[in-house]
Amino acid sequence: MANTLSVIIVEPDPARAQLIIDSLCDAGDYDVHVIAEPTGLARHIKAHNPDIVLIDVESPSRDTLEELTLASGPLDRPVAMFVDRSDDGLSTAAIEAGVSAYVVDGLQSQRVKPVIDAAIARFRMFQRMRTELAETKRALEERKVIDRAKGMLMRARGIGEDEAYALLRKTAMDQGKRVADVANALVTAAGLLA
Amino acid sequence: MKGTVLSVGFMPLVDAAPLIVAQEMGFAAEEGIALDLRRAPSWSSLRDMLSFGQVEAAHMLSPVPVASALGLGGAHAKLSAVSVLSINGTVIGVSNALAQKMRGQGHSFDFHDAYAAGNALIAAAGARLRIGVPFPFSMHAELLYYWLSALGLPAPQGVDIKTVPPSLMAEAIQAGEIDAFCVGEPWGSIAVENGVGELLLPGSAIWAFAPEKVLAVRSDWAEQETALMGRLIRSVCRAGRWLADPSSRLLRSELLARPEYLNVSSEILDRSFEGRLVISKAGAERRVDQFMEFNTAAACFPWRSQAEWIGGQLAARLGLDRPAALAAAGSVFRSDLYRAAHARTSADMPIASGKVEGGVEVPTAVASESGQIILQPDRFFDGRVFEPNLS
Repeated sequence: MANTLSVIIVEPDPARAQLIIDSLCDAGDYDVHVIAEPTGLARHIKAHNPDIVLIDVESPSRDTLEELTLASGPLDRPVAMFVDRSDDGLSTAAIEAGVSAYVVDGLQSQRVKPVIDAAIARFRMFQRMRTELAETKRALEERKVIDRAKGMLMRARGIGEDEAYALLRKTAMDQGKRVADVANALVTAAGLLA
Repeated sequence: MKGTVLSVGFMPLVDAAPLIVAQEMGFAAEEGIALDLRRAPSWSSLRDMLSFGQVEAAHMLSPVPVASALGLGGAHAKLSAVSVLSINGTVIGVSNALAQKMRGQGHSFDFHDAYAAGNALIAAAGARLRIGVPFPFSMHAELLYYWLSALGLPAPQGVDIKTVPPSLMAEAIQAGEIDAFCVGEPWGSIAVENGVGELLLPGSAIWAFAPEKVLAVRSDWAEQETALMGRLIRSVCRAGRWLADPSSRLLRSELLARPEYLNVSSEILDRSFEGRLVISKAGAERRVDQFMEFNTAAACFPWRSQAEWIGGQLAARLGLDRPAALAAAGSVFRSDLYRAAHARTSADMPIASGKVEGGVEVPTAVASESGQIILQPDRFFDGRVFEPNLS
């Protein structure tokens, strides 16, 4: 992608689409596609795989808001949304749906770039946190499975905690597997027998 | 935004989870409140804390507000149940000696068949059976009486019932003060873990959908602080939904395991959350469907018929006028306040506020305000049904 950011703009009004394109091209190097018709948005987005999606809607309902956001793949790229008017509670709904920036009545040429920059920064931060959370959960899950397997061995064989862990570790080494995998196999097998 | 602080009492039990999660995971903060959670040493002290205004709300045994409406258990403030916090989640356990005797007489400890388990217990009991329950007005006591009486052992008359705080149940059975117990988790598993008892039956084998704990407040407070109470109800229900979400599996037991809450290893707490109980020191595991449910399938809805069932059981045992007891009981499960708290949210509500208890064999759809909600199986082990009081 070099330094060119690919942007998909979802904008039914050609004049406003041009305003966004102009303000982006003044500000830097962007590869811009405009989609006027939001039907088939998910397919377009999949085909183009843009770095960011920018949606401009006049006055979204909760349903259109969620639908547009979801179609834009908010877990894979930042999604920025400009709206003219917004009902109570919609900004919360937008953030919960995964929008990185939700701007009410703010579509002016000098604001487009800073909003995009902020959306990208926030998206990256969330992405890092999501990765960390997933890793932490995986580690915790492994620890829990090992604890359960240890407990099973302790009860079934009447041995202590250290001895149970040593047994798991030895089995893992003998079989060229990780301790967590051996523990998982034991817990699964016990579940089948229960 | 600094929230209004509400003091909320709880007992160290797995089913206090909705209150702990509401505070720890920010569901209370989302509603602009903060919960000051106070751990109580026993149910009687928690009831008094609530009754005398030391806490504004409490994790409470579902029969306690009903008993207060029937004037039982001493002079106390009138209490209201404004939400159900949890369904099921209790276990019946026996001492090692009794377990050994039952096994010798051929009981299989399948942890499922309430007839087999009850008959084996009665056969092995010999002289008067001494059973520990956490409080005289508890679902534990009601389930035991219902179960044993249906099997021909008149309870409570034919047994010795002793009140033991949940966290002391393992010690009581170890000290030989009781032969059996019915207690909320994790304290049954703690008895197993300490090698002093074995688990015989989950409470859900007696009644498959028993309202176990409720969110209780003083009735006058409920009338005066409607808005604040609505925030509390909503935050606790959202916490229940979080607890029921499979992606919360890892975190929920870690939160409860903390010293200020249950101070019990998360591995033991996982057993009840996952319905996978270790029933003996030898390590035998049993799986139980619907072992303990939080906010799924309208599980938080305080059905008036649930309170009426409890009221009917208390009336029969204590010789009270049945119609009056049913009416008084039904009025303390405040389905009206629960509905009001969820108006203008996306939460779906059943149209009726009472239902036949024990009539659902398989998950069944009933009419709700925005379509249908599914009721989970709620059978009593002996197949009896309870008709709601429609007057």
